[in-house]
Amino acid sequence: MDKINRLASENGVVIFSKSTCCLCYAVNVLFRELQVMPVVHEIDQDPEGKEMEKAIMRMGINGPVPAVFINGKLIGSTNEVMSLHLSGSLIPMLKPYQALSAS
Amino acid sequence: MSSTSTQFATSARMGMYDPIHQVSMWESMFRGDIIPNSDASVPVQIDASLGNKTLQKTIQKLTKCPKRYKRRLAQNREAARKSRLRKKAYVQQLETYRLKLAQLEQELTRARQQGVFIGGAIDTGHLGFSGPVNTGIATFEMEYAHWVEEQQRHNCELRKVLQAHISDIELRILVENGLNHYDNLFRMKAEAAKADAFYLISGTWRTSVEGFFLWLGGFRPSELLNVLMPHIEPLTDQQHMAVNNLRQSSQQAEDALSQGIDQLQQTLAQSIAADPTGLGNYGSPMASAIEKLDTLENFVNQADHLRQQTLHQLSRILTIRQTARGLLALGEYFQRLRALSLLWAARPREPAYHI
Repeated sequence: MDKINRLASENGVVIFSKSTCCLCYAVNVLFRELQVMPVVHEIDQDPEGKEMEKAIMRMGINGPVPAVFINGKLIGSTNEVMSLHLSGSLIPMLKPYQALSAS
Repeated sequence: MSSTSTQFATSARMGMYDPIHQVSMWESMFRGDIIPNSDASVPVQIDASLGNKTLQKTIQKLTKCPKRYKRRLAQNREAARKSRLRKKAYVQQLETYRLKLAQLEQELTRARQQGVFIGGAIDTGHLGFSGPVNTGIATFEMEYAHWVEEQQRHNCELRKVLQAHISDIELRILVENGLNHYDNLFRMKAEAAKADAFYLISGTWRTSVEGFFLWLGGFRPSELLNVLMPHIEPLTDQQHMAVNNLRQSSQQAEDALSQGIDQLQQTLAQSIAADPTGLGNYGSPMASAIEKLDTLENFVNQADHLRQQTLHQLSRILTIRQTARGLLALGEYFQRLRALSLLWAARPREPAYHI
């Protein structure tokens, strides 16, 4: 879907979420812990929300939220983010988008 | 073993009731190392090592006021006799507790095999819950009991094999089996979470001490790494770094999930509090509350996913032999938590015998 891809490529780290989704909140917390500020799109607040939901599910994300994109590419949902982080592969992907730390 | 049973008899004979010593005796008992001296009538002898000075004093007292002194002696004898009786009663009470515990365990296993839903903690007052039996949970209860037995068998085998000389290839098979066994547990839990995620989170399916350490329905992966570390040393510098990174990543992921659960609690509380028509009315606040409760299953699954990934990632960092030692250490750790729970459940609550 165009809107999804457009929104995904507008920013480095993008999370498609729903305002009621606490798991999405958890994923957001993790990114912030890693010094990244993801852009969160709440599809239940979007007029085209239903379309977006279908599109995300067609991409293979059953949630359909959270759906995480890094650098315009679909990374996956909570499972994928957690696996990547534990294997040490997430931080390298986030490097270009990490805010400069105060220390 | 004769030496330890002598120890037990000696402490009884000396009339000492050192609690720390007693606990280690219980532990040996529990391990099956010693069979307690069932003859509880071992006489308590008051320490009668009279030195010269005391002997003189005794003779003095006898000659000066024989009546008073003799009465004093009689009172002492009586006190000692009563003390012995109290101690006998206490030891018998302990024995009764032990038997009762064994009986309950048997009943529990039998009942589980028959598919009856029973809470995991050995709590004599409660048997199941008042309500329709949840077959998904009943199945899980049964399967989990088998899983624990299987786990203990795995442990025994690992222990034997690590002491003998086994090739890496053969060890790899055992390690794979060990990891698969945990994968099975997570699969079982996923099914149980569909039936009732609250059941997993409440921890009633685990023993009491395990429940104390429970995080989102299971062990905390970063804590697990702390438990395993001493047993997988020595590590190369590279491995040290990798394990530290894994621990840190795990902690970050755990924090994120914990905060997600807090958020869930908050929003749920708000939903329930916002229901103007009172409980039971499926107005929109209650409906959204039900939806939120559904997401609990997702959180439990994510927590299990973290556990599984931590174990697998660890096995990638370590050599086969290190992983084997780690798995053994893990198995033994949980076994000890379970044993501690049983000791705790069997502890005497109101001893008739006071030190």
